[in-house]
Amino acid sequence: MAFTPAKETYSGKVYPVTIGMGNGASTVGGESVLPFHSFEGAAPNRPLIAFEIQDVPPADWPESVKKPYEGVSDDPVKWATFCQNELKAKAIALRLVGTHPDRENRSPEDAAKTVKDVLAAVNVPLIILGSNHAEKDSPVLVAASEAAKDKNCVIGKAQEANYKTIAAAAMANNHKIIAMSELDINLSKQLNILITQMGFEKERLITDPMCSALGYGLEYTYSVMERIRLAALTQNDATMQPPMLGDIGMYVWKVKETQAPEADLPHWGSLEERGIAWEAVTATALLVAGAELLIMRHPKAVEEVQKTIEELI
Amino acid sequence: MLIIGEKLSIIAKRVREAMMKKDKTPIQEIATRQWKEGSGVIDANIGPAEDGGEDLMQWMVTTIQEVVPLPVCLDTTNGKAIEAGLKVHNNKWGRPLINSTSNDPERFPILELGAKYKAQVIGLTVGKGGLPADAEERCAIAAEIMGRAMEYGVPLEDLYLDPLVLQIATSQDHARHVIKAIGMFQEMNDPPMKTVVGLSNISNGCPKHVRPILNKYYFLMLMNAGLTSAIADAHEMAEAMNEKKLFDDVLAGKKIDDAKKLDEIKKTLDIIMGNTLYAHSYLEM
Repeated sequence: MAFTPAKETYSGKVYPVTIGMGNGASTVGGESVLPFHSFEGAAPNRPLIAFEIQDVPPADWPESVKKPYEGVSDDPVKWATFCQNELKAKAIALRLVGTHPDRENRSPEDAAKTVKDVLAAVNVPLIILGSNHAEKDSPVLVAASEAAKDKNCVIGKAQEANYKTIAAAAMANNHKIIAMSELDINLSKQLNILITQMGFEKERLITDPMCSALGYGLEYTYSVMERIRLAALTQNDATMQPPMLGDIGMYVWKVKETQAPEADLPHWGSLEERGIAWEAVTATALLVAGAELLIMRHPKAVEEVQKTIEELI
Repeated sequence: MLIIGEKLSIIAKRVREAMMKKDKTPIQEIATRQWKEGSGVIDANIGPAEDGGEDLMQWMVTTIQEVVPLPVCLDTTNGKAIEAGLKVHNNKWGRPLINSTSNDPERFPILELGAKYKAQVIGLTVGKGGLPADAEERCAIAAEIMGRAMEYGVPLEDLYLDPLVLQIATSQDHARHVIKAIGMFQEMNDPPMKTVVGLSNISNGCPKHVRPILNKYYFLMLMNAGLTSAIADAHEMAEAMNEKKLFDDVLAGKKIDDAKKLDEIKKTLDIIMGNTLYAHSYLEM
């Protein structure tokens, strides 16, 4: 007797969200099945990986992930162009970390200029991220939204403390936004409700339930993502149907396993390989949990995850 | 249904201040109101009460019973304070209730007090190992507590099993685990075990206007599952009882005229039963 795989049917569907312009645009989401369950139904779009770049040189990144960007990471335009042209990035995530008051404290005007310059240099979709300082992100992301007007970027991250300003700016300038809550599925749903109650279309949202690295709470992110996806598909919960973001790189490249030198911990093996594996494994886990959009740092880790996607799809 | 009037808790600012100043007026006002609105027992929650707990509990018991002809539920983790309260409790108005023992060995001496003073005891189904995961774990712990109660000489008729209501805003699945546990607890003895819940914890952390709605309909769900008693606001529970017929009609799929009520009940039921993910604005969706 031939084997017939059991098939689930789902009542809901993840919204397809298109970002970027023209032939560089990409769509994420749109599936009506659990991740990689294409044998059960439609999964029209592959997960999208964005390369992370910054508005200031990555002084705080570990050596092994700084190295691939040597000679370009001192300038966001060069860095973005390198990702697009050399690394074949399908999306770029520009983190305006230099605007943080405890860092370079760059002004919203500086940030806007960086955004304009990067946008002029690349063709792929741009994700524009603040410095995760809720207060400062408001003026920075408003200025960035205006600078990127009508370029269909993703603006983030809107949090409980600042979503009104950021969502309003994204709405006025035709962007998508990332709504982030801190590892709490109920607050994640609540934030999506609050943003849509402002008149922001739910089909323009991307949910970030907050990422974490392997060994540092990944299982929390995993289960929140999994629950969100199940609510979207099995309960047809419209507030939980935006695609999800895994902001991998910034969490992975600060943990001990991606930084501790081989000299100190020889039994942990090659530092470079270890870091790449750490990022790739974290990313793969979150893809399986339901993330459709990833932000990553190391080109080799991205390559590995792309391979996995091709195998699983 | 026995309502254990819940408003006398050290967590409430007005009550805490009255306790500190030994000001009888607010305590007696609240106790009287809970009694008039249908409470059969008055809960006196003095918290951990590490300093002066014995005096405070005696003062609470006598203050309440001066004006209200009801027994008191002695609610503290301080065993000495409980014993002090039991000593002055006026059993003419009914036997006192102790809140609570559990499957944590540190809480076993509470059962000794229950036996010694012929008090009724609440058995909270938690152990040392953290929170129970589901209804079945709650039952396993309940069985341990029942065995322990018999060993210490507390008759099972005097034991109230408490499945531990958790906040729906953060532990949504537990709302239905608790309903299931209430059903299962009753099967654990003949005559059925008595049950109790700390009701308002279900809506702890929820917006103010949502709290009474969740409290009321959760109470009615538990009541349908066979709940014997609840530590709750008597006023809110009286309102719940007024809506019981309406609620049962909605449960039975009958049409009701009040569209707003229908919407509230349906959405709240979906949250309680886990059909919809909880969010603070769930009523607006």
